[in-house]
Amino acid sequence: MSKRNWVVTTAQRLTMLAGVGFVLMAGCENKKAGQGGATASGGSAAADKTATPGVTATEIKIGQSMPYSGPASAYGVIGKGDVAYFKMINDKGGINGRKVTLISLDDAYVPVKAVENTRKLVEDEGVAFMFNTLGTANNTAIQKYLNDKGIPHLFIASGAEKWADPANHPWSMGWQPSYRTEAKIYAHYLVQEKPAAKLCVLFQNDDFGKDYLAGLHDGLGDQYDKIVVKTASYEVTDPTVDSQIVSLQAAGCDALLTATTPKFGAQSIRKVFDLGWKPLHLMSNVSVSITSVLKPAGLDKSTGLVTAAYLKDPNDPNLANDPGMNEYREFAKKYAADIDPNDANLVYAFGVSMTMVKVLTQCGNDLSRENIMRQAANLSKFTIPVTPPEIDINTSKTDFRPFSQMRLARFNGTNFEPFGQVIAAD
Amino acid sequence: MTAVSVASPIAAGGGRPRIRRGSLWLGALLAIALVGPFVVSGYRVFQLSQVIVYAIALLGLNLLTGFSGQISLGNGAFYAIGGYVAVIVMTKAGLPYWAAPPIAGAVCFLAGSLFGRTATRLEGLYLALATFGLATATPQILKLDALESWTGGNQGIVITKPGSPVTGLINDDQWLYLFCLAVAIALFVIAWNMVRGRTGRALVALRDHPIAAATMGIDVAAYKTIAFGVSAMYTGVAGALGVLITGFISPDSFPTLVSIQFLVGSVLGGIASIFGTLFGAAFIELVPDLAKKASDAAPQAVFGVVLIACMMVMPGGLAGLVYSVRARLARGTIRRHRAES
Repeated sequence: MSKRNWVVTTAQRLTMLAGVGFVLMAGCENKKAGQGGATASGGSAAADKTATPGVTATEIKIGQSMPYSGPASAYGVIGKGDVAYFKMINDKGGINGRKVTLISLDDAYVPVKAVENTRKLVEDEGVAFMFNTLGTANNTAIQKYLNDKGIPHLFIASGAEKWADPANHPWSMGWQPSYRTEAKIYAHYLVQEKPAAKLCVLFQNDDFGKDYLAGLHDGLGDQYDKIVVKTASYEVTDPTVDSQIVSLQAAGCDALLTATTPKFGAQSIRKVFDLGWKPLHLMSNVSVSITSVLKPAGLDKSTGLVTAAYLKDPNDPNLANDPGMNEYREFAKKYAADIDPNDANLVYAFGVSMTMVKVLTQCGNDLSRENIMRQAANLSKFTIPVTPPEIDINTSKTDFRPFSQMRLARFNGTNFEPFGQVIAAD
Repeated sequence: MTAVSVASPIAAGGGRPRIRRGSLWLGALLAIALVGPFVVSGYRVFQLSQVIVYAIALLGLNLLTGFSGQISLGNGAFYAIGGYVAVIVMTKAGLPYWAAPPIAGAVCFLAGSLFGRTATRLEGLYLALATFGLATATPQILKLDALESWTGGNQGIVITKPGSPVTGLINDDQWLYLFCLAVAIALFVIAWNMVRGRTGRALVALRDHPIAAATMGIDVAAYKTIAFGVSAMYTGVAGALGVLITGFISPDSFPTLVSIQFLVGSVLGGIASIFGTLFGAAFIELVPDLAKKASDAAPQAVFGVVLIACMMVMPGGLAGLVYSVRARLARGTIRRHRAES
């Protein structure tokens, strides 16, 4: 075989291999990009130019971009949960007589794909607004486009601080408490309960980790230098954080805030235990999954871990008969039977979709984009059954942070047990 | 297997009519390309721009793999570098958007030549693996703290998309599309001339019989390096245009999958074809979309099956198919001529 044929054949074989790979990947992921209801009925909305795109007398069409495949596909549960929730609402008669059609597209967690999906949804499908698109980078990629066009970019699934910026981005709003809010809550707890604490901080060296430092600064104010003894950072690309933990222990801290992603959370739990160090261990809310963090680290080693929560833990046996969680479980059983009801992502989907329904209900018959945004920024003491009863959702024209309260919870070896009062960030 | 590098053995009806027919096709293609963006929606214009961007990137890969015979699974890395260079010259140096693609191309030419120079020691699959390593490493390198002030780190950078200077006549999407189209035409003409000239012949000789080529006095290392540089340059320009039409860049925009898609598009269009890249680009941009329509449950499986089916029907890509059909028609004509005489 001549060299040239070799090159061509090899390239062809690699391409075939890629084809087989795509099929296998699809088989492994087996994720269904949810699509609630039918997606027809384009013409009627377009005919009336004054009407909001996607809104007719019987339908509200909305869109989102979700990582159903790729590195963050575990979050795909949120998209499926959102679609399932609106299916339930539609079965109950919809909102003010209109059914909600949520078109949820896969972006594989790639920002370029999120841009493409968003443009497709806005320009081809003609959705009224975007709801609960996931990922900080992906939302950053579509934020300018949506704000330039005046399309609501609501209840973004990301904890970055930047979604609460009504002055510069009046069409974008997050939902969950930001990382900065969470850090403020730890700070308030320390000031109130342990003013003599010596705090060490381990943080991921990016916007995510730095948001926690900023939150500590906000919450501790002039006491920051007194309470925070030492900080150490790591790169996402680092293999371990062992040396950072050793150096933090050497600084003589009796409290440790671990602002890390799950893998490094598990490593710190283990290393802290192995060193025989027994600080008050505050763990970032994103790294407290029992299955993916605490079990790998060892449940016994994780006992005593403290985190801040704003949603109820579906694994908490004390909530087995909680009326709010029962409402959630009923939904999960009937509309999301293929998803593990103990997956916290499904609880999240339930909560965020319920908030969206509240906003649309508040809109009444004025479903203009301006009014949808106005009502999103006009939530007052709204409660959802999946948060602890004292926590409520409040927004205003200047406050684009639906949650500003959280409650601390301690891991008792099997689940997180809430303790103390609800703490407000402001 | 493919029509471009070697002239068709049976030049049916002499050279001239074929050229005329060729330019007819080209004219039609150009007319569609010019009218297209004015009759479809903004989202479709965006998709068409993306197809053009991919076509340029695939052309870069074809020059390397199809003509010089070096397999690269790492052109996604140059695509990323091109994109980042474009963003940096626009945001840090404050240069206008039209300056971004040439600068990105120049930087990538350098980067590609440097990599190519070291890679000349590697043959075949070893080279494929080395380039694959490049593609895997790039997103992580872009996240490095030391580069954050330039690259924006994990969070990426949002750029202001260039606006149309004649807003009433041409909207922003259409303007960007036309800009991409102009760059693409220039690059296609350059490639077309290059593969027909001295360099192209040297590359083909290298690919087919490296020892014979070296014996004839072709500097193997130098030409392989140039091929790498030029390929990286094309891919870099594509990366720069890609970020212009998206308006955002972050390391997550360049997963390893990008490099694999390039190979897929390149082979489907015809690996040693210039115009096959248009088909390959349309395939990788549009088929995943169509696959999603065909099946919500497993769009990737549909994409994979379509890909495998295409490879079975036309192993030489679209260019290979066109070539064999044309050859068969020509044979038919000759046979008919013989029968008549």
